[in-house]
Amino acid sequence: MKIHEYQARELLQSAGVPVPGGITVDTADEAEKAFETLKNDGATLAVVKAQVHAGGRGKGGGVKLVKTAAEAKDAAATILSKNLVTPQTPPEGVPVNKLLIAAGVDIAHEYYLGIVVDRALGCPVIIASAEGGMAIEEVAEENPDAIIKEPIDPVAGLRPYQATKLAFALGFTGDQVKQFKKTLAALVALFLKSDASLAEINPLIKTPDGQILAIDAKIDFDDNAMFRQKDIAALEDPTETPESEQRAQEHHLSYIQLDGNIGCLVNGAGLAMATMDIIKLHGGEPANFLDVGGSASQEAVTEAFRIILSDDNVKGILVNIFGGIAKCDTIANAIVAAAKEVGFKVPLVVRLEGTNVEPARKIIEAAKADIPTMIVGNDLTDAASKITAAVGSA
Amino acid sequence: MSILVDGNTKVITQGITGSAGQFHTTGCLKYGTAMLGGVTPGKGGQTDENGLPVFDTVAQAVKETGANASMIFVPPPFAADAVLEAADAGITLAVCITEHIPVLDMMRVKKTLKSNFPHCTLLGPNCPGVITPGIKHDDKDTETHGGCKIGIMPGYIHTHVSQSKTGKAVGIISRSGTLTYEAVWQTGQQGLGQSTCVGIGGDPVRGLNFIDLLEMFQADDETDGIVMIGEIGGTDEEAAADYIKSNVTKPVTCFIAGRTAPPGRRMGHAGAIISGGEGGAESKLDALRHAGCHVAESPADLGTTMSKALGV
Repeated sequence: MKIHEYQARELLQSAGVPVPGGITVDTADEAEKAFETLKNDGATLAVVKAQVHAGGRGKGGGVKLVKTAAEAKDAAATILSKNLVTPQTPPEGVPVNKLLIAAGVDIAHEYYLGIVVDRALGCPVIIASAEGGMAIEEVAEENPDAIIKEPIDPVAGLRPYQATKLAFALGFTGDQVKQFKKTLAALVALFLKSDASLAEINPLIKTPDGQILAIDAKIDFDDNAMFRQKDIAALEDPTETPESEQRAQEHHLSYIQLDGNIGCLVNGAGLAMATMDIIKLHGGEPANFLDVGGSASQEAVTEAFRIILSDDNVKGILVNIFGGIAKCDTIANAIVAAAKEVGFKVPLVVRLEGTNVEPARKIIEAAKADIPTMIVGNDLTDAASKITAAVGSA
Repeated sequence: MSILVDGNTKVITQGITGSAGQFHTTGCLKYGTAMLGGVTPGKGGQTDENGLPVFDTVAQAVKETGANASMIFVPPPFAADAVLEAADAGITLAVCITEHIPVLDMMRVKKTLKSNFPHCTLLGPNCPGVITPGIKHDDKDTETHGGCKIGIMPGYIHTHVSQSKTGKAVGIISRSGTLTYEAVWQTGQQGLGQSTCVGIGGDPVRGLNFIDLLEMFQADDETDGIVMIGEIGGTDEEAAADYIKSNVTKPVTCFIAGRTAPPGRRMGHAGAIISGGEGGAESKLDALRHAGCHVAESPADLGTTMSKALGV
């Protein structure tokens, strides 16, 4: 689960990580007032930042430096007026509903400080670099020696010597060593306490007078832990999830919308990915990833078809089921019932294999008259070539 | 031979009275697995629908039944603790089927198993389990003897080497359940049997991994070739490729799911995500090709690629 920057800042602040002043607003007028407030607190300039989950906001014009309240108002009005397009958003961009007005600070040096789950080591790992401000992937590419990694014991947490080691490795001296250790301990504690999957401060900065501050923050959380993280789960912004994916979630379907025109309905995440792959191998483009799960009910399968068909790009559907615990005949009945209810105008290719496939084939055969666009795929390759051919000639 | 489990493996189910636990306990029992009982705290003294004894703790179950393996169907909030309980009771193979366990719990379990319970091997979580096919009584039968199924896979699609047309058997390792079935089905169509099939699970932090199983299959007399099915996310396939290059002499057939997956999106499995320029399918495929693996470009070619590599 992702949250916004302003929410991440608030979490950091309550965990004990110092952040510069900031105010979250919804309108240009509020942005103007926010600038005045920050100015009264001593800020001479501010940064207006679009609050969307997608990265690369600066490149898309979603981050603007302002020197007066009037400039803050103008910048806010501009950013709120249109969709923000960044390298990480869909081509049409995403709407901006909230802005963070953050006090500008003087920067003497920028650092990178992050924690990720290291899958190979099976523990969280701190990643730090004295070369902050740019994407850590770029630092890793250009100057891998500038990146320091420190694994965290998931049972014991951060040990003080590890923080000391990192503080000196990053070149901190004097009082900043103490400040950095406190910041790092707070970040690690927050990461473990809140079931985060990624926590990133980029940049962490040193001011000319030796203060250490977190300027930009990104924290992602483990979806599987939300049952015990009610406060974190409440931070989710539903407007960031496409409506079709929200509907899928409600029916316990794992669905991701893509750009192609062949809808897929599959059981199992691995087979669902492989189905997308085989469509592409046959020259088609998948319109979605969809795993209906092992115990899909007729209702869930019907809803899955509705979601797939609500995408106007969809010109054909490939159903690929390998019955294990889920029985093919149950799925076949669900397909037939769903087909009748939803009504298929586009070609539908059905490939079934596994448990109870023989009765399932009879059900499909008998339903052919009722569902004229339905084609039987004899195996995976046959199904993929039939659907790409049907869509290609449509 | 086989790896991990065979006809002598004695199995209990943690979470036996839950609907999934009960359903699959029955399935494994019918397949021919030595299912000896189960555990649900507070329901000790009862019996399940097959008449198997239910115990309050794993320690009691192990003491009374002599079980050495456990199939875990405990719900996500309690599943990590269930793995440690099994380890503490002396279980040597814990197979955790449960999906949606917090990754922090699994990191802690892995660390604790390593430091406190090195005798216990964990398979999973979020996996279909492990099966060593038994010998079918007749062609149509779903019941077998001499094998062991611990998990949710359909048993009947598997073939013991003695009943295969080619007399050769493959070992299967996969991060995905349904793609494992696909590989079993396709290798069966080619007249190959399976020595053991292992679903290592779709989570980012898991117990047994590709390399552990490659080592076991390489050492197993009955395994003639290995099918390895990876997917996007992480770098375990790259590490496996390095291992194969210098340690595996048996032919390895590979498929990587998710070549068309967009970066930054989780594709169903918690572990299936391309992030920070890492975890993409192409780098995995390159590494596996360089290691001399036989890469199936299409998921439909797993069986034919394997049989070609085995020269049958």
